[in-house]
Amino acid sequence: MIQNIPLSYYLVISTLMFFIGIYGFLTRRNLITMLMSVELILNSVNINFVAFNRYLYPQQLQGHFFTLIVVAVAAAESAVAIAIIINIYRNFKSVDVENVDEMKY
Amino acid sequence: MLNQVMFFLFGAMIVIFSLLTVTSRKVLRAAVYLLFVLISTAGLYFALNYNFLAAVQLTVYAGGIVVLIIFSILLTSHVSEKAAMAPVKQSVLSALSVGAGAILTLMTILRFTFVPNPGTDPQYNITDVGNALISYKRDGYALPFEVISVLLLAAMIGAIVVAKKERIKK
Repeated sequence: MIQNIPLSYYLVISTLMFFIGIYGFLTRRNLITMLMSVELILNSVNINFVAFNRYLYPQQLQGHFFTLIVVAVAAAESAVAIAIIINIYRNFKSVDVENVDEMKY
Repeated sequence: MLNQVMFFLFGAMIVIFSLLTVTSRKVLRAAVYLLFVLISTAGLYFALNYNFLAAVQLTVYAGGIVVLIIFSILLTSHVSEKAAMAPVKQSVLSALSVGAGAILTLMTILRFTFVPNPGTDPQYNITDVGNALISYKRDGYALPFEVISVLLLAAMIGAIVVAKKERIKK
């Protein structure tokens, strides 16, 4: 299934996705969209793991399982982040980082 | 031929929808574009013959995380509300630094030639994946599996505690 497609194509796609995610993280002002940028970054790293595993070490499944674990960690991270964001909204009536300048309880 | 077409289709979808995700002014639309990115990534995993991983990507990412994000968008902002962006100066500076980083990384990647492992397509099915996840011998992943389950439990309890409505003190 991987004939005629060099490994570097996958790496190019994941690089572009990674830096687009960083751009979103730097320019977005809404906490939820910043979280979405973080998801983009995590996803691009997953593509790297899977492509390296498939091309260079197809007999082992280490990249496969690492990606599974990254997906689980991303799910946990986004659940906690959204809980925090909802709590912030309840206290500040906004999810923009400009308005949330004191995190003191 | 067909796999090349599929690869370039998914790759183009990933890049375009990633750009739309970070630039769209409407938050709900950005979430839907993120969904398209994650589905295209699952398509790449299918093309690489990792069927279980693609299914996990579809169920956990596209089915779980995106729904969670859309719920929180609906809870915290009005649908017609435009998202605030950084000032122009900061956007331009971010774009410049990100573009420089991307160009540097791409140059490094494209200068290096990766030699693929000349093996036949490995054949494994879901049973092998499941056996590896609960095996503690060589090439077994029982410990990370347990660690991740404890982490998920802790994150679940933590999310409930954080998002719980506080009782008003008298």
